[in-house]
Amino acid sequence: MTIKQDERITLLHGAGGQLMGELLARLLKKFTRTSVESGIGLAELDDGAVIPLAGKNLVFTTDSHVVQPIFFPGGDIGRLAVAGTVNDLAVMGAQPLALSCGLVIPEGFPIAELERVLESMDRALEEAGAALITGDTKVLGHGELEGLIINTAGIGLAERVVTDAGLRLGDKLLVTGTIGDHGMALLAHREGLGFETTLESDVAPINHLIARALEVGGTGITAMKDPTRGGLASCLNELARKAKVGITVYESKIPMREEVCGLGELLGINPLEVANEGKAVIGVAPEKAEAVLEALRSHPLGRNAAIIGEATLDFPGKVILVTEVGGKRFLEDPIGDPVPRIC
Amino acid sequence: MMKDLRFRDRAKAEELARLIERLAPAEPVKLVHICGTHEVTITEFGLRSLLPPQVEILEGPGCPVCVTPVEHIDEAVALAEQGHIVTTFGDMARVPGTRKSLEGARSEGADVRIVYSIADAVELARKAAKEVIFFAIGFETTAPTVAAAMLDGVPDNFSLLVSHKLIPPAMAALLEGEHDISGFLAPGHVSTIIGLEPYRIFPEKYGMPVVIGGFEPLDILYSIALLLRQLREGTPKVENAYTRAVGSRGNLRAQEVLYEVFEVTDHYWRGMGLIPGSGLKLREEFSSWDARERFSLKVKSNESLHPGCRCAQVITAKATPDQCPLFSKGVCTPRTPYGPCMVGEEGMCHIWHRYGGRPKL
Repeated sequence: MTIKQDERITLLHGAGGQLMGELLARLLKKFTRTSVESGIGLAELDDGAVIPLAGKNLVFTTDSHVVQPIFFPGGDIGRLAVAGTVNDLAVMGAQPLALSCGLVIPEGFPIAELERVLESMDRALEEAGAALITGDTKVLGHGELEGLIINTAGIGLAERVVTDAGLRLGDKLLVTGTIGDHGMALLAHREGLGFETTLESDVAPINHLIARALEVGGTGITAMKDPTRGGLASCLNELARKAKVGITVYESKIPMREEVCGLGELLGINPLEVANEGKAVIGVAPEKAEAVLEALRSHPLGRNAAIIGEATLDFPGKVILVTEVGGKRFLEDPIGDPVPRIC
Repeated sequence: MMKDLRFRDRAKAEELARLIERLAPAEPVKLVHICGTHEVTITEFGLRSLLPPQVEILEGPGCPVCVTPVEHIDEAVALAEQGHIVTTFGDMARVPGTRKSLEGARSEGADVRIVYSIADAVELARKAAKEVIFFAIGFETTAPTVAAAMLDGVPDNFSLLVSHKLIPPAMAALLEGEHDISGFLAPGHVSTIIGLEPYRIFPEKYGMPVVIGGFEPLDILYSIALLLRQLREGTPKVENAYTRAVGSRGNLRAQEVLYEVFEVTDHYWRGMGLIPGSGLKLREEFSSWDARERFSLKVKSNESLHPGCRCAQVITAKATPDQCPLFSKGVCTPRTPYGPCMVGEEGMCHIWHRYGGRPKL
């Protein structure tokens, strides 16, 4: 790729789609030491990194959170900042131990709101069973920053690390619940469509839910990933690409709230391309799939879990969607953040 | 996902697929639809994978942005560069003209605004101190809304750059000369306005079956089945499979409004050339709101497509996007489009790209 002098970062570069992937691939080349020992590092672009330590696996991850508005139906930026990092640890197979919190606050931000955000973080930490043990606070002047930014880093311990590259032929793909809730709740709220009362973000730490799946599934759990930015579409494509297998999923089996579905139709946005903040996609060996599904469904956050498809030989690296009428097409990686259709 | 939607019932879809299989002749059949929204449904729901291999369905000139001649884009760019406010629909701004696109003109400082309808443009003109031009594109569906706005009265600083086109003459143009088309899936939205009458020429003069279809997956499968039945029985006619929206005479009030403001003229179509009686222009009484009359517009346009771009074949249903080397090599994408079919949201290349490029899995 030729690099032009006047290239600038656009919003699409941060939207979790193809363009972001291209940018990351380019930026990663700037670093030479990208892993510790034989652990998982930057090059793998997984949800977190792994440092092998005294027979255990120390998992480490970081994430910066911005969201507009900071309080939204079903959650807020604080809960999002905790859940995001906890879930990144959880889908690596780790139980979270502790988080850090870096706050970047714009001048003029109401202290009462900040307190509400931090209280919400504390509640989410309690749910996850993790502690907040270090932090940093910066304030930026008027015009330097528009909204609150929260960075959280987290560490956890894993007996057995589960990557997002381990899917094997024949493995079943499970989702832990309804798809598209977070993205669609935010879109509805922003568009002022009055769906707020019924549709809520799914933002939640799901480490206990995943622990239950791991207990039952054991080594039969081959891959995990949380379908955040880019949604289920992006997540499945990454699982297929990294494991070099094909994935077939059935639209009719993907759990989805009716409001999410209807709103998707209305706005011309595919709910499979929007973020989830309390869900995971899990690859499970076929003989364990039903047991894992049952384990997930026995947990309050996994009631709507479902088997949505399987890893196949067809089109390695690609995802095939069998549509609700039985047609087939590729489910593509979204190019960038979905925006409402104009007409 | 949408389990409760009647027009997406899987069992019915499978039943229709079996019916299509039974009705399909042994030899290849090429059916052509003329509507980007049809293409979206066909591709998004993977309907091609439900058709037998010998039955092919392609998009004809159904994307208004794709068929807009470069000359009209150049005129819009020239108006913007003269310092006027040019308003248009989102994807139209991105189609390259001879020198630049409207978006390109905007990045150089021209005032180009994206609007959702003519009402937004008229509203803008009422507030603006400058001349506001609405770049009026689209088929029989959008033209009546533009006509209605003109009849409601527009401010003196408002004018139209008209590029409205009519679908039936373009369908007829596909049948002039050599072609391998076996039937038309006529556009549902356009038909709500024009009704069935304008399609009679196809069975009568060309022996060509026509079925007017809706936009849900079952609508389309059903329409395809009807087309194949007509072919099998050798009785070409105009059938309405979208009766819940299309009346046989269409929307008479919309037609009245349309022809009160516009009259039929010859139009150039991108990738197809000049088609007699295929466009609209403002009637004499409205000519003072014609941007071409109000402003001096001398443009030198180059209508040719990028070398290697097969948009002309795609628009005329002679090729699918994957038969274009620029498409199949991944060079031409919505981010880096070479031809209008990749820019227009209703263009076949754009739609196929969005859903993975190989809709017949």
